[in-house]
Amino acid sequence: MARIGVFVCQCGNNIASTVDTQKVAEEMKKIPGVVYTQDYKFMCSAVGQELLKKVVKEHRLDGIVVAACSPHMHEKTFRKACEAAGLNPYRCEIANIREQCSWVHHDKTKKTGTLKSTDLTRMTIERLKKNKPLKTINIPLKKKALVIGGGIAGIQAALDIAESGYEVILVEKEPSIGGHMAQLSETFPTMDCSQCILTPKMVELSMHEKVRLLTYSEVEKVEGYIGNFRVQIRKKAKSVIEDLCTGCGECIEKCPFKADSEFEVMKGHKRKVIYVPFPQAVPNIPVIDREHCPKFLKDKCGICAKVCGPKAIDYSQQDEIITEEVGAIVVATGYDLMPVESFGEYGYGRIKDVVSGLYFERLASASGPTGGEIRRPSDGKVPETVVFIQCVGSRDPKRGVPYCSKICCMYSAKHTMLYKHKVHHGQAYVFYMDIRSGGKRYDEFVRRAIEEEGAVYLRGRVSSVYERDGKVIVEGADTLSGTQVEIEADMVVLATAIVPRKGAKELAQRLGISYDTYGFYNESHPKLRPVETNTAGIFLAGTCQGPMDIPDSVAQGSAAASKVISLFSREDLVREPILAEVDERVCNACWDCYYACPYSAIEQHPLKGRDGSIVRWVARVNEGACQGCGVCVAACRSKAIDLKGYTDEQVYAAINALV
Amino acid sequence: MKVRIGKRPKGDLVDLIERISGEDPSLCYQCGNCTAGCPAAFAMDLPPHQVVRLLQIGQEDMLLSSRAMWVCVSCLQCYSRCPKGVDISKIMEALRQVTLRRGKDGIEVKGLPVDLLSQSPQQALVAGFRKLVS
Ligand SMILES: Cc1cc2nc3c(=O)[nH]c(=O)nc-3n(C[C@H](O)[C@H](O)[C@H](O)COP(=O)(O)OP(=O)(O)OC[C@H]3O[C@@H](n4cnc5c(N)ncnc54)[C@H](O)[C@@H]3O)c2cc1C
Ligand code: SF4
Ligand code: SF4
Ligand code: SF4
Ligand code: SF4
Repeated sequence: MARIGVFVCQCGNNIASTVDTQKVAEEMKKIPGVVYTQDYKFMCSAVGQELLKKVVKEHRLDGIVVAACSPHMHEKTFRKACEAAGLNPYRCEIANIREQCSWVHHDKTKKTGTLKSTDLTRMTIERLKKNKPLKTINIPLKKKALVIGGGIAGIQAALDIAESGYEVILVEKEPSIGGHMAQLSETFPTMDCSQCILTPKMVELSMHEKVRLLTYSEVEKVEGYIGNFRVQIRKKAKSVIEDLCTGCGECIEKCPFKADSEFEVMKGHKRKVIYVPFPQAVPNIPVIDREHCPKFLKDKCGICAKVCGPKAIDYSQQDEIITEEVGAIVVATGYDLMPVESFGEYGYGRIKDVVSGLYFERLASASGPTGGEIRRPSDGKVPETVVFIQCVGSRDPKRGVPYCSKICCMYSAKHTMLYKHKVHHGQAYVFYMDIRSGGKRYDEFVRRAIEEEGAVYLRGRVSSVYERDGKVIVEGADTLSGTQVEIEADMVVLATAIVPRKGAKELAQRLGISYDTYGFYNESHPKLRPVETNTAGIFLAGTCQGPMDIPDSVAQGSAAASKVISLFSREDLVREPILAEVDERVCNACWDCYYACPYSAIEQHPLKGRDGSIVRWVARVNEGACQGCGVCVAACRSKAIDLKGYTDEQVYAAINALV
Repeated sequence: MKVRIGKRPKGDLVDLIERISGEDPSLCYQCGNCTAGCPAAFAMDLPPHQVVRLLQIGQEDMLLSSRAMWVCVSCLQCYSRCPKGVDISKIMEALRQVTLRRGKDGIEVKGLPVDLLSQSPQQALVAGFRKLVS
């Protein structure tokens, strides 16, 4: 016979005002197997827990039911107390008589509340009787991390993890790490040179003994679960043998062919066909753009191989597939900018002197195509009037995206300053809808652009941009003065919306993480779990999650790293044992569960005879991957799967207690 | 109404008003605190904050054709309320000075009713004439 104890909590007046807890306790005494019952003011208090421990020991209880608040609140508390008293913690069950009873019943005579509490507690007692002691599960853990994306967010995450002594693999799809930050000139709000603060981190990362840097590579496949991911990485053929290349650049210099430079943004800016994206690239190893190299197209040229001293050029190099096992993944794949051609009224693509914000960064950058001089693309003249247009595509639910891109207010103010610093007699205008400059020293920064650098801000949108006598005419509104305005400008700069990376959704599907309607990756909780995904062991950093600036991306990189480090600081993973379990005698290998499981936790397992040959197949649950959701239990037609701690037998027992 | 902006947002007149008043319109962020507290704004065709706005975008004609400068009673309420320390009363005075120097008066003395002239205190008349006529 069972020896069950029942504790009914009054929760001050939270429960006691609509439930007669003493009566519930007395009623429970009548149930066979129940040897002790009591009601108490606050079961979760230290005194309440002590009482529980004392009673468990004195009455040699083998199971207890606490009728109290939701198990989400104090199940852990009471199970810990049981464990301390020498009872298996999973032999403690909670009857929720607060959220599911006292709070929703207003009958002050306590009749309904008492009746329902009695039922709920009785059901839980019957469920407990069929309950088996369970043990937490320990799963081994690979203490190596994968970071996907080598922008500032990914670099920061990888450095932090490596610094704490764990190995990191960083996969970057471009030939160099650095991301967008490498393209920027100076950065708000301090106006320090972007490359100058970024490149030391890039170099530090590439030299770190704990870091394996895989550039020109992409993650193709991810299997497994927290602590034990298996990833397949495709390392694209660079056509250059990395170990031999000294980075002398002789090949680049002698290569006679050119293609459009992705790094310099604007069409028409060329790079060689064998190239590094920018001079400070890390690693400083060129790649051959096979789509444009005549050696690959029609077996002509081959000059680079001839001029390369250390014989590092290898035209026959193949893509390499690398398999790695890691315990945690940080996704830091960054953002793209909305293509501006779709906004006809701004004339992008039609008018040469209408450029994007990122192009303006390159113009203002000392390493950019003009060596840092502000010259307009059409005729190379220094523009004397420049119009900056904010919210191009942002906050435009009809034709763009409804969200705010968060950084353009700040970088447009920065652009007006950069422009004024370089063209002293120039005049900058900014069309804006609101100025969003929340952040430490951010609003002061925007005011400086206006008050000290003389930028004129016009509150309103632009209706059209067109050319007239070598000028770019911008027509728009200034709602502050209630007028239409027309500005005769020399150049127009568009602050285009930040959008998710191309291919972001496909990568999410590969990783098994979720994304929002736009394609930004979802955090597990917008306030309390900002860098976790809903898939255990996969974390987020930077703009792949939503628009943010460099300080926020770095903070997130470090936050994601700290999650990884705290995971790795344990010996192994401890999991709750509330998991699915297959009765292999009953399973007939129909694989319904295999296809139903959202976490790919069901494995197909061969049962072998004495001679080693396969006799039949059965489903098996991977305890690392199973989240205890119960989908397989519902899917299984043979009733071969059960959820430990919530078995069918337990649930039927609870229902029977009611009827 | 449409405003054309050429190479510079400011014309000579705006420069002049800035110099006479000693005020920097670019400090204003159009919060509206001045207009909110101005005892005369209800009677102005351009409320005080818009006077500053038109200076920011160099709209001389609109400024000079407005009667706001004549309606302003120089009470300094706007200045005391402005979080950025813009003294609109000085800007109004500068606008009046510029207009008066161009030979345009705020009132026509000949048109004033004799009753008013004879009943108003001497001091008020002197002050009013100094402010409103050249
Ligand atoms: C015009 C402009 C000016 C700006 N100025 C400033 C400024 O002054 N100050 C400021 O704080 N912020 C500024 N920003 C914002 C800044 O660019 C971002 O906050 C920052 O670069 C975000 O870094 P990230 O690492 O999240 O993303 P990214 O820089 O986009 O890096 C992502 C990296 O991941 C790689 N990647 C993508 N997909 C994959 C994949 N599937 N596999 C492997 N690798 C992949 C990419 O190649 C890239 O290297 C500006 C932005 C713009 C557009
Ligand atoms: S940051 Fe500013 S410019 Fe950019 S979308 Fe938001 S409000 Fe518009
Ligand atoms: S659904 Fe049931 S019977 Fe089918 S494979 Fe899975 S466990 Fe076996
Ligand atoms: S000084 Fe003129 S503008 Fe300023 S509050 Fe007084 S009346 Fe209004
Ligand atoms: S109170 Fe000052 S800052 Fe505000 S609108 Fe008036 S002048 Fe501008």
